Amino acid sequence: MSIEVRNISKRFGNFVALDNISLEIPTGELVALLGPSGCGKTTLLRIIAGMESSDTGQVLFHGEEATHVHTRERRVGFVFQHYALFRHMTVFENVAFGLRVKPRAERPAEGEIRERVTRLLQLVQLDWLADRYPSQLSGGQRQRIALARALAVEPKVLLLDEPFGALDTQVRKELRRWLRRLHDEMHIASVFVTHDQEEALEVADRVVVMNKGRIEQLGTPDEVYSAPASPFVYRFLGNVNVFRNRVHGQWAEVDRAEQAGKDEALAFVRPHDIEIQRDASPGALSAGVLHVQAIGPLVRVEVEHQGEIFEVELTREQHQALALAAGETVWLRPRNLRVFQGDRMVSAQTFDLGAGI
Amino acid sequence: MSAVRRVNSESRPVRWALLTLAFLFLFLFLGLPLLAVFAEALRQGFGPYAAALAEPDTLAAIRLTVVVALLVLPLNLVFGVAAAWAIAKFDFRGKSLLTTLIDLPFAVSPVVAGLLFILIFGRQGWFGPWLAEHDIKIIFALPGMIIATMFITVPYIARELIPLMQAQGKDEEEAAVSLGASGWQMFRRVSLPNIKWGLLYGVILANARAMGEFGAVSVVSGHVRGETNTLPLHVEILYNEYNSVGAFAAASVLGLLALVTLLAKTVVEWRMARETAMLNAELPPEKTDK
Amino acid sequence: MTTKKHRVLPGFGLSLGYSLVYLSLLVLIPLGGLIARSAQMSLAEFWAIATAERALAAYRVTFGCALLAAIVNAFFGLLVAWVLVRYDFWGKRFVDAFVDLPFALPTAVAGITLTTLYAANGWIGQYVEGVLGYKVAFAPPGIVVALIFIGIPFVVRTVQPVIEDIEPEVEEAAASLGATRAQTFVKVLLPTLFPALLTGFALSFSRAVGEYGSVIFIAGNMPMVSEITPLLIISKLEQYDVAGATVLAVVMLVISFVLLLGINLLQWWAANRHSGRHVDAGVQA
Repeated sequence: MSIEVRNISKRFGNFVALDNISLEIPTGELVALLGPSGCGKTTLLRIIAGMESSDTGQVLFHGEEATHVHTRERRVGFVFQHYALFRHMTVFENVAFGLRVKPRAERPAEGEIRERVTRLLQLVQLDWLADRYPSQLSGGQRQRIALARALAVEPKVLLLDEPFGALDTQVRKELRRWLRRLHDEMHIASVFVTHDQEEALEVADRVVVMNKGRIEQLGTPDEVYSAPASPFVYRFLGNVNVFRNRVHGQWAEVDRAEQAGKDEALAFVRPHDIEIQRDASPGALSAGVLHVQAIGPLVRVEVEHQGEIFEVELTREQHQALALAAGETVWLRPRNLRVFQGDRMVSAQTFDLGAGI
Repeated sequence: MSAVRRVNSESRPVRWALLTLAFLFLFLFLGLPLLAVFAEALRQGFGPYAAALAEPDTLAAIRLTVVVALLVLPLNLVFGVAAAWAIAKFDFRGKSLLTTLIDLPFAVSPVVAGLLFILIFGRQGWFGPWLAEHDIKIIFALPGMIIATMFITVPYIARELIPLMQAQGKDEEEAAVSLGASGWQMFRRVSLPNIKWGLLYGVILANARAMGEFGAVSVVSGHVRGETNTLPLHVEILYNEYNSVGAFAAASVLGLLALVTLLAKTVVEWRMARETAMLNAELPPEKTDK
Repeated sequence: MTTKKHRVLPGFGLSLGYSLVYLSLLVLIPLGGLIARSAQMSLAEFWAIATAERALAAYRVTFGCALLAAIVNAFFGLLVAWVLVRYDFWGKRFVDAFVDLPFALPTAVAGITLTTLYAANGWIGQYVEGVLGYKVAFAPPGIVVALIFIGIPFVVRTVQPVIEDIEPEVEEAAASLGATRAQTFVKVLLPTLFPALLTGFALSFSRAVGEYGSVIFIAGNMPMVSEITPLLIISKLEQYDVAGATVLAVVMLVISFVLLLGINLLQWWAANRHSGRHVDAGVQA
């Protein structure tokens, strides 16, 4: 079932949590709400779930107005950040809860409840823990039980609040892959909230980058990473070097008329989109090598140009070919560069390897 | 044993002195009085003690004490749960004022508490003439004693539940609702099991106070033997009649109540501590498959 | 902050409404009635009753004894809390539970028992009065004894969690900087414990001021000498002097509220002084 959010706004006192948000999520899609803490992503998720009411705007499920439908009737599967497992119930009873509280007429028979819960526990591969209490489970196990519990009521949409936030790296990776597989089997719309860019890019079909209650960009993981729509998205998703028009005129070049505006034009370049050359060429900036550090498969080079420090990432092969050492002077050229004035994009350029600017 | 003295501990003689002083104080002010209750009750042997307890007036006083507690506790229980629910699970203006208001009866002298209801229901009170006209007796009768006891014990259960429910948050309740539970199902299956020990703790304390209350009840009771005398009031009457064995026999029942209260309280505290420890325990090592 | 539309969790209106009605009927309206009743008399009348000689003497006895008892309790309460947290001894859990006896034992029972203990022929009285010639029961010192009994758990239960929360590193740091154990206690530990100790003192004092049941048996109840204010209220009631009783009740009520306010401020201060640390005052009269 699809989810649609129209013109949602929400304030807490003077704090604007959500500012006129609109969003459409078709069935079968897994969407990440990504942003720093306080950007409104959890509030949006809770509004979709009906656990928070918006000041203005609508929520539609499958094209039907659901703004005033109570959480109880929305049939959303909600997975809480800290799992919110019922601490006094066994794992089995936790998962069975949603079935047991159904009105008598709809409630499955005890045998069927037993069967469905067992099936769900098998799905999350934890049927051997049915008789344990939540306090006896590890974080990753709790997470999977919380998910099984949410799925027991056959929700039409699945909402997850920071699903992997409290887990350690190894478990997180495994669960991510697992969630992706699970979602693909379910054919429902799923939304998860995260502040971890890697998580969003790796798992989601589409990523909604949020900041200060607004949507900064909406796109596939590749779009938001390689073609960021704003300086915020650039900075939030990965490392970026910023070249300023007044200092590095030739990189952040804009029309004179444009330049008359208040904001200085800034050119954003990812560290791996900078090429280092030994020889001068038109449009290249000269820079001094400060520090060379190999990090796993990459080599990070810190360079200095007119008092500012920039980062360049090279592959090991590129580094071997160049054989850089601290103290040398080199020439920098961008491969992929976007110029912004304030929040507005002025130009986006891609350069062929080896070609001049 | 290491010869090095631990830095954050007193020297041995100081430790012994402090321990001795503390024990001496506790023995003189708490231990000896408790012993004395039972010693005085049994001063003339077990026969007179049993006879004193079997007095119809004493038995009537015990019965009335239980009746008052049984009527007061459920009312304050419902109030405590309702107030804690509103305060712990919702945000609203004037919340801290409400919390302070709940504590108010703690600050009021029991005698003043009794007087409050004399001013309302007494012969010279607001409703006095109307009540007299309709031949309804509240002051110097059971209803007055119940109301006064309710006043005195209002805060106990709410005070236990508010911090407990605040610490638990509302995630579990929200999860229950999102899974389709109705309000009552959510409360009975999720909230109530989570607060049961705190609830019991509050009830134990409230019960001890309700059964033992003296000042407030004394003001509004008619002090009629066998009719409007609770056990603490009966103790006073017997004592003032120089019936020492009778007074202390009645007192020993209350002393036993105190011991049972302390025991029950300790057991519940222990259960609560165990549950918190279990919840705060380190997560078991991560295992993602069988 | 209120949301205009629905709330997810049910029962807000019901629970808040019920609480407010219950509290209003049981607590607020009766207290308002007391104030209204006292407002019916003129200020001069009120003042005359409130400052009558016998009333002044009763305040002196009430507050004097309560103060003395609270001071004793602050000292011994700190001692008992310290011993319970820091030292290991056989039966510690038993002693810990036993400290709450005054919360559990009805005041009338405490009253007649302490009286019997401290009477001239009692277990303690025969030495204190018989040998030393110092009269405790049926005199003001008896009131202090009863109030110590009533108030001791307040100090212990307020100070105990704070001592438990002190990190050993603090004392180790003081020691490593050359402080003696006594210096560490006075300069490092006592200032940490002070807000809790003061709160416990205030709670114990506040409870002692209003106490009735345990005091009347041991006090002797001599007007001007050993008559406490609550008793004076009762004797006025017994003489059908409702107006007089009301005036004294208002005086006590105002003082109690000032104390309550002070205690709340103290707890707020203590809670904010140690940023983020929860100080459980353990108010359970």
